[in-house]
Amino acid sequence: MKIILKDIRLLNPEQDLDKTADLLIEDGVISKIGNLEAADLNNAEVFEYENTVVVPGLFDMHVHLREPGREDEETIKSGSNAAAAGGFTSIACMPNTKPAIDSAEFVNSIIMKSANHLVEVLPVAAITPAREGDGLAPIAELVEAGAIAFSDDEKAVKNASVLRAALEYTNMYGKTVIEHCEDSDLSEGVMNESLVSTMLGLPSKPTISEEIVVMRDIALAEYTGGKLHIAHVSSKRSVELVREAKARGVNITAEVTPHHFSLTDEAVKTFDTNYRVNPPLRGKEDVEAILEGLKDGTIDCIASDHSPRAIEEKDVEFIYAADGMVGLETSLGLALSELVHKSVLDLAKLTELMAINPRKVLGLPVPKIEVGAKAELTVLDPDAVWTVDVKKFKSKSKNSPFDKKLLTGKSVAVINRGKMFTEDGFKDI
Amino acid sequence: MPLSSKHLLGMHGVPAEDLNMILDTATTFREVLERPIKKVPTLKGKTIVNLFFENSTRTRISFELAQKRLSADTINFSTSTSSTKKGETFKDTVKNIEAMKVDMIVVRHESAGVPSYLTKISDANIINAGDGRHEHPTQALLDIYSIREKLGKIAGLKVCIVGDIAHSRVALSNIYALKTLGAEVSVCGPATMIPFGMEKLGVKIIHNIDQAIAENDVLNVLRIQLERKAGTTIPSLREYHNYFGVTAERLEKNNKDILILHPGPINRGVELSSEVADGPYQIILDQVTNGVAVRMSVLYLLGTMN
Repeated sequence: MKIILKDIRLLNPEQDLDKTADLLIEDGVISKIGNLEAADLNNAEVFEYENTVVVPGLFDMHVHLREPGREDEETIKSGSNAAAAGGFTSIACMPNTKPAIDSAEFVNSIIMKSANHLVEVLPVAAITPAREGDGLAPIAELVEAGAIAFSDDEKAVKNASVLRAALEYTNMYGKTVIEHCEDSDLSEGVMNESLVSTMLGLPSKPTISEEIVVMRDIALAEYTGGKLHIAHVSSKRSVELVREAKARGVNITAEVTPHHFSLTDEAVKTFDTNYRVNPPLRGKEDVEAILEGLKDGTIDCIASDHSPRAIEEKDVEFIYAADGMVGLETSLGLALSELVHKSVLDLAKLTELMAINPRKVLGLPVPKIEVGAKAELTVLDPDAVWTVDVKKFKSKSKNSPFDKKLLTGKSVAVINRGKMFTEDGFKDI
Repeated sequence: MPLSSKHLLGMHGVPAEDLNMILDTATTFREVLERPIKKVPTLKGKTIVNLFFENSTRTRISFELAQKRLSADTINFSTSTSSTKKGETFKDTVKNIEAMKVDMIVVRHESAGVPSYLTKISDANIINAGDGRHEHPTQALLDIYSIREKLGKIAGLKVCIVGDIAHSRVALSNIYALKTLGAEVSVCGPATMIPFGMEKLGVKIIHNIDQAIAENDVLNVLRIQLERKAGTTIPSLREYHNYFGVTAERLEKNNKDILILHPGPINRGVELSSEVADGPYQIILDQVTNGVAVRMSVLYLLGTMN
């Protein structure tokens, strides 16, 4: 099969590439860039997307699929479909399934189940058995099975000596420890601690409950030399801590979610449980610090923390509601609307945050836009105006506070593993 | 002039005109309560459900009596939240009750925001009888009614709320309503019992009970939850009483004209000494009587809106 993307902007800051040309893909491999001849057009399907941009396939490094355990909320397949619809060609899935991904068999099974899908699913394995924080999971075996990184996500590793060991042990294999930084003793609440929580009378999680663990983890990363990645940074001081640690040469990276740069805790005043998320939505000055961190490179990646929840877990009293929101299908639209169109950063920088850096954090190669390379690409229409409609989500769960929101910018096609996804669905190319 | 909202979810944002209308109407009902026949036909034919998901004998009885005095049909649904957590969801419970055709719902729940959630799943008038640590509007109204009855005004008065402000729904409702009516409001308690950013609500923070007594016209003393985990907010009830308890000695020494309120139930020997609880400064039982009148007023004004 041959497809041609006609007269399209090719953007990959990693290759210093930014030019407009025709792109010929044959059997899933980039076979020609520009100078197409008449013969190239034979039997080729030609896509003429106006004002679009081809970038290396987007990568979401923080996704919760609910298989095994809560297949009613999300499966590997439905989550992969949602990823493709959101513009992602690869995702890393978190191990807090039921049971947790803490054995080679589970890692294998996820990789096998997703092998024939356009979207590559890379399992993050648990740091500790059953994510209980007590001793190390079989890390070498998990690496061999294909675990891409390690995390007890949804909670931090409480015992500092276990985290120290994890940083040392994973570093032998060049793998990253992803920490959900939260001191559970300090964070018995359901929203950010602020004037808003005081006015709403809701129990709250202060920013210090995150920062105190960021501090500890940086100290351990600095001491061990291990690779530490801070998941969903939400507070101003956390951004500063990461910036300071990077300046000292600590082996540390960080991500932020679209909801933490586009919403504040003021949204909770509606008591809409779709705004209940962990870490909680923070204050205006935290959002400003995050935007600054995205600009100056303190924050390496944008990741959705896609957390599917069933209706009965969300359509309940606020203090009983589950945390989390789905994000795969709004992540790119929010990033383009809130960052690119508001001139926080440009499209090249966004490509680094959503395609290049996540792979670098995990030690993976970045797809290239060059002749001979396997085509792993996302086609963006940065100016397309659209309205979020949760009913159209590929995700099995609809818990998004962005329903009905007008966004500017989306993905029109993704290409990977010899397959293409467009609004018409999947097809082999 | 009707009230500006068909629900009473809290005191936040309620305009002074509404507050005054509720208080003035309560005066009329207060008189009804002194008659030999304490019943009026105002809400005849209306059905009101008291949905109590948290134990509360006193507030429930007060609402129920107010409803009966107004000739409404009342139904009580009391359950502990733990049982609903296991079985039917809150939404299903409400939908079931609503299917039986009810006009008003009075709700008490341990989660803040439940009354506002209810407005989205029910067409009834919703009255908040206490949601988590958020608001308890009828308590604030009856406190203010009682102060007004005794001192003749609210504007310009200095009122201090004493106790565990962080875990109190009574405090927030009182702060909002008192400020709307022009009172100067302060709070007094240990630092661990004052919630984040309280001063931004325009409230003075005091950590010394003698100062609070000396500076104010009214103290509204909150109940200290005996079950509060020892050691995390206060070292002990004994220490609380010794440093923040309102005692006759302290009142004599600092301010002999002060008025003492307490929403009940009282922990004698903790936030109030028995001498104060039974003494000349307090109007605790007036509050209870006024509570029925104020709730009649709220039920009447909301129930006759449509």
